[in-house]
Amino acid sequence: MTDAAFPPVVKTGLADWFRKHFFATWYDTIFSLIFAALIFWSLQAFIGWAVLDAIWRVENKDLCTRDAGACWAVIESRGRLILFGLYPYEEQWRSTLACLAIIVTIALSCLPRFWSIRRLPTLWIAGFGTFVLLMRGGLAGLEVVTSEQWGGLSLTIFIFSGVFVIGMPLAVVFALARRSSLPVIAKSFGLLIDIVRSLPLLTILFAAAVIVPLLVPEWLQGNKLMRVVVAFAVFFAAYQAEIIRAGLQSTSQGQEEAAVALGMPYWSLVVDILLPQAFRNTLPSTINQAVITFKETSIVTIIGFFEVMASGNAAIGTGEWGNQYIEVYVFLALIYFVFVFGLSRYGAWLENRMRLGHA
Amino acid sequence: MSQLLASQKFRSAVLQGGFVVAVIALIVSIILVGQRNIADQGIATGFGFLERTTGWPVNFSIIEVTGRSTYARVLWAGLLNTMLVGFITLFLATLLGLALALMRVSNNTLMKLTGTTYVEVFRNVPVILQVFFWYAILTHLPSPKQAYSLADVAFLSNRGLMLPIPSLSGADLIWLVGAIAVAGVAVWFTRGRLVASRRWSMAAGFIALVFILLLVAGREPGAGLISTPELKGLRFKGGLTLKPEFTALLIGLTLFGASYIGEIIRGGLLSVDRGKLEAGRALGFSTFQINRLIRIPLAFRAMLPALTNQYIWLMKGTTVGIAIGYPDYFAIVSTSINQSGQTLELLALLMGGFILINYSIGFAMNRLNERIKLKGRS
Repeated sequence: MTDAAFPPVVKTGLADWFRKHFFATWYDTIFSLIFAALIFWSLQAFIGWAVLDAIWRVENKDLCTRDAGACWAVIESRGRLILFGLYPYEEQWRSTLACLAIIVTIALSCLPRFWSIRRLPTLWIAGFGTFVLLMRGGLAGLEVVTSEQWGGLSLTIFIFSGVFVIGMPLAVVFALARRSSLPVIAKSFGLLIDIVRSLPLLTILFAAAVIVPLLVPEWLQGNKLMRVVVAFAVFFAAYQAEIIRAGLQSTSQGQEEAAVALGMPYWSLVVDILLPQAFRNTLPSTINQAVITFKETSIVTIIGFFEVMASGNAAIGTGEWGNQYIEVYVFLALIYFVFVFGLSRYGAWLENRMRLGHA
Repeated sequence: MSQLLASQKFRSAVLQGGFVVAVIALIVSIILVGQRNIADQGIATGFGFLERTTGWPVNFSIIEVTGRSTYARVLWAGLLNTMLVGFITLFLATLLGLALALMRVSNNTLMKLTGTTYVEVFRNVPVILQVFFWYAILTHLPSPKQAYSLADVAFLSNRGLMLPIPSLSGADLIWLVGAIAVAGVAVWFTRGRLVASRRWSMAAGFIALVFILLLVAGREPGAGLISTPELKGLRFKGGLTLKPEFTALLIGLTLFGASYIGEIIRGGLLSVDRGKLEAGRALGFSTFQINRLIRIPLAFRAMLPALTNQYIWLMKGTTVGIAIGYPDYFAIVSTSINQSGQTLELLALLMGGFILINYSIGFAMNRLNERIKLKGRS
């Protein structure tokens, strides 16, 4: 044992840190240089375009040429169209408040103190109710604005929260039905879930918008927006049901048997024992599903709704701002990014916390 | 009687019977209402319309389609368009995703930073917005006369991307198919006698050799080896033209899909037990050998289920092509519904088409999964 090696010396100096992370081998050095150049060049180009050379005010619109930087004047001029669509100008404060109500609801449901099987649904129904009341009006002296005039970001948020409020209970029903001990019911719901999951969202929304009126008596049809939200909710429920089912399966069989042995009724078993654990165990996947749903609301623009994607396209549809398409798309991307990135960071934080055994 | 009511078996039978009756009643009432509404509109039912000519053009197709083609042929063209853009997307997105994953698991801080930024930006913006964005960029490019050119063989203009392609005649194609068949048979017969990687690389080399021979020798006089796009008047002639609709959809889906696939591959790479990698090091394997023999096979096993789901998702994602006018299967079906009014039949074909594609991917990936999973344990 004379030639036993000494334990490796851990180097912690600044120079060693640089060596390890940038110049570990000769090809690391090459990659570092290439990527440093790439990052520097793209940052410089982006900041120059978006900030330094940008034109901010509508008064300076004439300066917007192909060689100038970003023409943010288009957002000043068309921002209201993008955010509110065709909602009446004087009533747009209601649209703003309604969106805030949903954002507050989302923020509150991120707090652990609201995570109970009674508080969460109450919170969401209250938030969604406030939203619809403010948007629709007709009460307390507010002018009625029908859903045909809703548009922009508030329509996106309406579709998202509507899908969530209708789809979540539906997902619980689907998941429980698929796990049912009655084979006919379990098989039929399994088939339904699998078929919905193998179809593109767009085809389901299209069917709801165009084909359901052919197949359903008139009194049951509702308007096109309602049909599309319900169809979207069924699509969401099919995915969420599989997440909840995974959560149900992760609770130990012993708990279920103990509850049955104690003579607990089925509903109490589900509501008090199974569902709270199922939801808690699958919280990160649920948030991920919510994030995907928020992004996919943009699909409804194809079947003719004026949500934020469509109103963005309308903003550049006229000759006046036709060349500012990059600015408008970047603005839209930023809106989505703020929502989606925020939610997914929260989900990642939660997942980490759960792995450490809190929550 | 009361005994009967109390029995678990009887209650569940009644419950299920009631459920079946309710479902049948629902389906029957839908069919009845549907039949009445369709009869009111004076539309014939059945699949007879598939033989009729469409009377409208399709702006992009890999098979010959005109206004005089039948519905069956146009629908087939749409299905091919979906598969074309879908499979190329899967291939490119997997390559880019692999590069992103390797960047994110590397020790190099700058590469990590670039990979992370890419993933966060492209994953958190809806795919339809990205497709719109690339379509707007591509259609605002200069006209063919001022096209951007790459060494005068590839051009980018508002008519699309023009690339050179090898020009093969029908006879050349037959030779090539023959070579592939011969290589396939050879691979099959040398099973068990040669190492797998050796057999496959020999087969690939053989096909490449035939291809080069064809390009150099088997040529009618006067025909060029490679057809390059050339500006003739206001448009390009020759070469391969990728229309803006196709290119925008391909770029949008690929960049979006790569961010998801990259995360899946990264998860797979990180899931490999450190002890196994260290064991490889202790046995004196090089980094390359560790990656090839230990890390990648194990990671591949771990990520395959998630990858299957993502592939199916991307296939379904091709339907956003309708927003920019790419005639994928959904777009063709939706135009057909408008033009012919055969709503229910076309809806059935639409769902059937997607279920077929997605089940095929699922089936192929599951077979792969069966083959590579750990043997001897369930």
